[in-house]
Amino acid sequence: MSLTSDPPVDPSAGPPTDPSAGPSAPPPADRCAAKGAGAGSETLTIVPARHPWRWAAIAATAVLLAQFLNGLITNPGWEWDVFARFFTAPTILKAVWVTLQLTVYGTVLGFALGIVLAFMRLSESRFLRAVAHGYIWAFRSIPLIVQLLFWFNLAYLYEELTFGIPFGPGFFAFDTMNLVGATSAAVLGLALHQAAYAAEIVRGGVLAVDRGQSEAAAALGIPRLRQLRRIVLPQAMRSILPNAANEIISLFKGTSIVSVMAIGELFYQVQVVYGRNGRVVPLLMVATVWYILLTTVLSVLQHYVERHYAKGAVR
Amino acid sequence: MSAPSDAMVEIRSVHKKFGSLEVLRGIDLAVRPGEVTVVIGPSGSGKSTLLRTINHLEKVDRGWISVDGTLVGYRRDGDKLYELREREVLRQRTKIGFVFQNFHLFPHLTVLENIIEAPVSALGRPRKAAVAAAEKLLERVGLLDKAAAYPAQLSGGQQQRVAIARALALEPRLLLFDEPTSALDPELVGEVLDVIKDLARGGTTMIVVTHEIGFAREVADTVVFMDEGRVVEQGPPADVLDHPVQERTRAFLSKVL
Repeated sequence: MSLTSDPPVDPSAGPPTDPSAGPSAPPPADRCAAKGAGAGSETLTIVPARHPWRWAAIAATAVLLAQFLNGLITNPGWEWDVFARFFTAPTILKAVWVTLQLTVYGTVLGFALGIVLAFMRLSESRFLRAVAHGYIWAFRSIPLIVQLLFWFNLAYLYEELTFGIPFGPGFFAFDTMNLVGATSAAVLGLALHQAAYAAEIVRGGVLAVDRGQSEAAAALGIPRLRQLRRIVLPQAMRSILPNAANEIISLFKGTSIVSVMAIGELFYQVQVVYGRNGRVVPLLMVATVWYILLTTVLSVLQHYVERHYAKGAVR
Repeated sequence: MSAPSDAMVEIRSVHKKFGSLEVLRGIDLAVRPGEVTVVIGPSGSGKSTLLRTINHLEKVDRGWISVDGTLVGYRRDGDKLYELREREVLRQRTKIGFVFQNFHLFPHLTVLENIIEAPVSALGRPRKAAVAAAEKLLERVGLLDKAAAYPAQLSGGQQQRVAIARALALEPRLLLFDEPTSALDPELVGEVLDVIKDLARGGTTMIVVTHEIGFAREVADTVVFMDEGRVVEQGPPADVLDHPVQERTRAFLSKVL
């Protein structure tokens, strides 16, 4: 069959004939059938393109994965029996609990201060903006570990903390050594560090809400606090949440830094145990699996919270 | 204050600058109760800014505005105007309905929640009464069946009708419309204008900024033509639209008609 002898192609009956195919190109059988059937062209079958290299990549990846899993099971170095013995040991569970507490306090205090800082940065007062900006600048610049050690040594700078009139007489005085113990120093450090990041996340979320939303709320006479709580923040949450979840997860893992202050959280406890029995690898795996497990729980929570705040969004 | 007793809205010598740009250069205007005033003019003429000063979304630099005999955004003591606190301004706004060009419905709230939000939180109405009133308003704009829908599930015209119902839910003394049909597809303009016409026949005082000259001719008691921050010409539609006195009005109308 040659192109010139083709009957005129009805544009609605199928794809236009490709002139580059040349007169010698054998016509696909189904196209001929379609032409013969005329209006029956809707029945043309679509053949997906083939991806041979994708199959090669899949095969190679599968082999590597199988090797890795095989190693996990057969390599005696993992010492899975030691892992099983320590995974739910009371000292480890207690350490997991300390890690969770550090995370919760760090998150709650950090985001509480972060929200305050975010609204200071969004304020019309130049002074408040500058102070918040300065705080964020400072706490983002200081490595967490350096900051933690500062708080740990607070008593060296201020032996006594006094509550009273600023620059005036004091009412109560506390011994700094007693008030700021290792754990509260750690919580303080984590929270203050977290606040700087939380502030920027919250500010970003509020800025992402259309100006028209607060304007419409203001035009309706809705009280200021209600505008924030009911109109602006729920919409800001949509962009705050993914970033906040990132921050909480990295704070959760970041608590391992606190081990430098000899606080019995997960990573510190694991180090103590392998220092005693020398089984480094299985005990690192104990910590690893706990971190993975709890991060997974956080990710699942994130999914449901995000779904809650997606109300009204059509995707 | 020398406000004549029969004016619902009185605007006196209002000036407004954005940076070095003078947007309003001395506006004087009065709107009687029950009247429909339509403001027309080229873009950049200051008509939207003027509308936004009436409910104090925009502060004025000079002059004053009163609605229903009360100064908006300020308190007068002797020959000084003291700016009101935000809470007091918010209370004043509950008496002035505002409809935006881009609707600005709250996307995370249902249609019904959008409408009852302000009556409940700003006026302290009981939720039940607010819901009943909202349903009546939705029926009036023909959207009762959409009460549980979210704004994103509605067409532009439907969203604007909800926005009008939301503004009406506060039972305002005055309604302001800022180009209510400019963001709509042409085939949806009619349904929104019908709702506004219906309100006009019901005797609501309103000021409408629009480009719809046909609507102005049909509904307006007064047409105001603005250009470069000034009122160039005002009067009944038959005068301003059909026999404009000013050259600038004629030039503008010849372009849009």
